[in-house]
Amino acid sequence: MKKILVGLKRAVDYNVRVRVNSSGTGVETEGVKMSINPFDEIALEEALRIKEAGNAEEIIVASVGVPEAQQQLRTGLAMGADRAILVTTDEQLQPLAVAKILLELVKRESVDLAILGKQTIDGDNNQTGQMLAALWGRPQATFASKVELDGSTAKVTREVDAGLETIEIDLPAVITADLRLNEPRYVKLPDIMKAKKKPLDELTLADLGVDVGQGLTPSVFAPPEERSRGVMVGDVAELVEALKGKGLL
Amino acid sequence: MSKVLIIAEHDGETLNPSTPKCVSCASEIDGAEIDIAVFAKSGDVVATEAATIEGVSRVLVIENDANDHALAAVLAPQIVSLAGDYTHIFGPSTTFGKDLMPRVAALLDVNQLSDIMEVLGPRSFKRPIYAGNAIITVDVPDGVTIVATVRTASYQAAGTGGSAAIEKVGVDAELPTHTRFVGVQVGSSDRPDLQTAPKVVSGGRALGSSENFDIIFRLADAIGAAVGASRAAVDAGYVPNELQVGQTGKIIAPNLYIAVGISGAIQHLTGIKDAGTIVAINKDEEAPIFEVADFGLVADLFKAVPEMTEALSK
Repeated sequence: MKKILVGLKRAVDYNVRVRVNSSGTGVETEGVKMSINPFDEIALEEALRIKEAGNAEEIIVASVGVPEAQQQLRTGLAMGADRAILVTTDEQLQPLAVAKILLELVKRESVDLAILGKQTIDGDNNQTGQMLAALWGRPQATFASKVELDGSTAKVTREVDAGLETIEIDLPAVITADLRLNEPRYVKLPDIMKAKKKPLDELTLADLGVDVGQGLTPSVFAPPEERSRGVMVGDVAELVEALKGKGLL
Repeated sequence: MSKVLIIAEHDGETLNPSTPKCVSCASEIDGAEIDIAVFAKSGDVVATEAATIEGVSRVLVIENDANDHALAAVLAPQIVSLAGDYTHIFGPSTTFGKDLMPRVAALLDVNQLSDIMEVLGPRSFKRPIYAGNAIITVDVPDGVTIVATVRTASYQAAGTGGSAAIEKVGVDAELPTHTRFVGVQVGSSDRPDLQTAPKVVSGGRALGSSENFDIIFRLADAIGAAVGASRAAVDAGYVPNELQVGQTGKIIAPNLYIAVGISGAIQHLTGIKDAGTIVAINKDEEAPIFEVADFGLVADLFKAVPEMTEALSK
């Protein structure tokens, strides 16, 4: 295998408590910490391990988004990716559009394997990998918790509701990373310095000739209904009595 | 007029409860005609069960050896060839539906709507984003097939008592062989299923070990509950992945949810916010789980849980 493409999305950091803005047109992003979507970091770590095991030659990290997404790509380069591609757009693109853009990159670069996060923690869509695989006409192995490569095929263990499912796929293919696939490495300072010299190409949608079409635009953003704080009980006996009183036990 | 096609989830023998929940969601669309598609190697048993769901017009059975296991790459082109004049194609927001429906949408060149939690109109829906910290309203433009997953925790299963017509149909689709099922390791348990159980007892990192988690299982068994866990407990290896509750695990809505030694990170709370009654047992009185709990008990879980098990085993 020669090339692996990894998608990195710039998203609101995992630890930020996201709030809907006062006008109900979006969420507060002003001054909020942005990071690589955590599942994408796991996807990149998996690609790096495949390369370190001698099973891939080059790792390309790609992002679609605002120019500031360069920061996340630089972090990806510092983790060990070889080069980066940023497709810049100010539009909030949805999974189908992103999949069409990634398809163009996958074809241009003759990629053997695309690894994406299973979902982003902002839109929670869980679609892009599956859509890329569909448009590419190639296999998808979603929610991966283990990847074993064997020449032109891969055996992937998937976290499904029933337990762990294993499928075998022919390459090229798309794999989406679940939480327990690996634990991403920390970036070291010298690697950050080195990453500054690695190539980062910027492209536009026009360069790629991708028509992103019409998305499903949200009209209203509302905060969720909050549950209210209930009562504190003093001991187990009181708790059991309360639950029995409500007919729950 | 709305015509909805629901893709049945099943294991070859029984219908998954996620399917009648999708029917409930589709029934919220005024005047919708609802069909269910059963893809199977041999689909009679599942189709017979699906035909009893209230509100269903027809059950379409698509039999093929290749449909023995639900592989998205194999099912998607068959669903596309069935799409015809359906205005909506729904699947559940389980790992089955999440894997499959985006592939169907992309083949139809339409966007997909994830996790419908409320139907506002035939083309207008509510769904959560940011782990449920925001609820958005999405309006799908006219003339576009609506491919969506239904957030199963938002819906009760539709009743039975219906008698839909069952039709075997053939589909004209080229099925890929590039994706092959190898096997599945199912969590062996006689306990109720986490996704559908009316009662759930969950444990968190505070349990400290796989052995200690046993007290959670014992309490669950005493009250006939399913067992769940926080991400931290699964990451620490105390219990297998299929027990994880939360944003990236299972989203559940039991009548009773007992959270033991779970601090209550937002990613966990998003998985239980539709529960009827939430009970929290935690020794840290500042734990965020108490903000959402109907009943809170500040206590050492290693004392309180066995005590509760004993009180309820009598």
